Amino acid sequence: MRFLQLYNYEIAIFLAMVGLYIVVSSGNLVKKIAGLSMFQISVFILYISMGVVEGGTVPILIEGVQRYSNPLPHVLILTAIVVGVATTAVALSLVIRINEAYGTAEEDEIHEQDESF
Amino acid sequence: MLSVLANDLPALQVVVPLVSAPLCLILARWPRIVWLLCLAASWTSLAIAIELLDQVLSGGTISYAMGGWAAPWGIEYRIDAVNAYVILIVTGIASVVMPYANQSVAKEIPADRVPLFYALLMLCLTGLLGMTITGDAFNVFVFLEISSLSMYGLISMGRDRRALTSAFQYLVMGTIGGTFILVGIGFLYVVTGTLNMADLAMRLPEVTQLRTLHTGFAFLVVGIGLKLAMFPLHLWLPNAYAYAPSTATAFIAATATKVAVYALLRFVFTVIGPVIAYQDLPFGEIAKVLAVLGLVTGSFVAIFQENVKRMLAYSSVAQIGYILLGIGLATVMGLTASMLHLFNHALIKGALFMAVGCLFYRTRSVRLDDLRGIGRKMPWSFGAFVIAGLSLIGVPLTAGFVSKWYLVQASLEVGQWPLAVLVLGGSLLAIIYIWRVVEIAWFGSPSTRAAEATEAPLGLLIPTWILVLANLYFGTHTGLTVGVANLAARTLAEGLR
Amino acid sequence: MLHHTVLRVVAKLLVPVILLFAFYVQFHGDYSPGGGFQAGVIFAAGIILYALIFGLDDTMQAVPPGVLKILSASGVLLYAGVGIETLLLGGNYLDYDFLAHEPTHGQHLGIFLVELGVGVTVASTMLLLYYAFAGREQGQ
Repeated sequence: MRFLQLYNYEIAIFLAMVGLYIVVSSGNLVKKIAGLSMFQISVFILYISMGVVEGGTVPILIEGVQRYSNPLPHVLILTAIVVGVATTAVALSLVIRINEAYGTAEEDEIHEQDESF
Repeated sequence: MLSVLANDLPALQVVVPLVSAPLCLILARWPRIVWLLCLAASWTSLAIAIELLDQVLSGGTISYAMGGWAAPWGIEYRIDAVNAYVILIVTGIASVVMPYANQSVAKEIPADRVPLFYALLMLCLTGLLGMTITGDAFNVFVFLEISSLSMYGLISMGRDRRALTSAFQYLVMGTIGGTFILVGIGFLYVVTGTLNMADLAMRLPEVTQLRTLHTGFAFLVVGIGLKLAMFPLHLWLPNAYAYAPSTATAFIAATATKVAVYALLRFVFTVIGPVIAYQDLPFGEIAKVLAVLGLVTGSFVAIFQENVKRMLAYSSVAQIGYILLGIGLATVMGLTASMLHLFNHALIKGALFMAVGCLFYRTRSVRLDDLRGIGRKMPWSFGAFVIAGLSLIGVPLTAGFVSKWYLVQASLEVGQWPLAVLVLGGSLLAIIYIWRVVEIAWFGSPSTRAAEATEAPLGLLIPTWILVLANLYFGTHTGLTVGVANLAARTLAEGLR
Repeated sequence: MLHHTVLRVVAKLLVPVILLFAFYVQFHGDYSPGGGFQAGVIFAAGIILYALIFGLDDTMQAVPPGVLKILSASGVLLYAGVGIETLLLGGNYLDYDFLAHEPTHGQHLGIFLVELGVGVTVASTMLLLYYAFAGREQGQ
């Protein structure tokens, strides 16, 4: 039953693998970005899972509550989310510029065009 | 007023470039003022870095509590001989590149994007300095992403459309690397409950046998390896260097990988500790094998490049191999060689890329065919390239010789003479690819582009020659570099054996 | 767009509420969950909703991109400025205790100003991102 108890870690690993697989296998640059975001998000889940304290509640001061989850991973992940948003924005804007310069966002077609000159 | 700030130099080291970045955007209407501001900011950073190094050398480690929160709880900036030395490299290169930027950027970047370029450059400097100065593991990740994101922007501003694809490629690999580092730091946090590096170093010995720790270390090495272009993870580097604007290439090539090497050293030696890294885990062997592979393949591939910037980029992969080799040896001598080569390679590659930028300024091309005969048209620019090239090869009396000398000695010291032979072999390959450029650019009959070229303006030549002369100076006056590098190496090696 | 009457009416009702909520999250952030990041994103979302329904041109007139660029930079400057102010007052960087005659008061003031800087930068950056992507087809 230990396998089921650690389900959030398994979800994180699964998402990370799916994300990495999309980055590697997909030829479309936008899909690559989607994969990359997924990979980053899996780490968010990993961190949030680390912060869980058994029987703890959300880390907001409430009267009569003794046990809270660890707020530090949440704070760290807030920063990582911002980094993720910035990365995605930069990546998407690069893809738009690539699409304007090459007329395509498919990796193999871009390679063909670069080889030819 | 200045005396009030005297104790706050560690904060100002990062804040000065950080503040100048948004100011660049606000002052965007006056590009000249933007440039002067960046110049002032980078020179101030250099002054702070020199003062910090001086304080560390005379008074030992400096600790600075951000926001007044004491060390294990708040973010601590912690400066010892190792990072004071790396900060000096980064700010030194920034101070030389910034005067060079004025004319080079005006020619290569569309006028409306110039302030943005400077803002990104300052953000990149902020990120690199922050990564180096901080004593908090998570802070490393944040500053790493600041520098990386600004680097993607800087690279994409190149004129060639391939700059866009190479920036994208770097973004994908860089983000994967950054996320790996994030996972690694998370694993360290989960076994210790702290993010402060000194605190981590204290608590990790209690949990050395945990697999979580070993996995976290592996994630960190792979993630940082991506950032420092360790051999099989270097694929982003050649294109990124080749198509970025000249100023950006000179700055990034001379600093970014160095800071990544520093991060690796910091995590291996200070945080994880050499006992786990070298004895429980085979980090030393892996580093040595990858270093040798990178050294040989990087140099070989460089020989066949038609684009001079790409050639120098592959040579960077090889040079990182030298640095990594010293780390893999895990002796004080090896680390001294690595620290020395951090400094010297920054000087060499900075000078080489700036010289190539001078050639590009006139010819609008860095293809070898187009540079045929350029040497006689632009003797000063090309002279700078040749002398820096000699330093890259490791000819005596140049800076490159000093670090290779130490590396060879370090290999012989532990009785691994094949490594010494490989180091010398790498230099032989460097002779081939540098000579190839010299032969074509000096002895070839001028191409159409070269025929029209005239010598580059003084605004580009003076900064380039400052770095070239620094190569010669530090090749003969080794007191400062070897002294500090040795002290830094001994600081790192405290936990060794 | 004239026929989307329902959307227009609902949006007109919703946008002010969203903006107000953003201000609540911003300024009540030191007592309850919230703060600059969240408030900035909510604020930007309100304006993006307006842009989706009433068109980009109208929005750009109300919230010009030039102003946003200055705002995004000045938010960072406000943040860094608070830090430098604490330095000048004799504390460490961002040590809010020194901002007022009494530490608790200083902490309040410090976190308020810093979060304001974060909020301004996040809101204007989000909007700039939206403009940059949405304005693409019309501009080019």
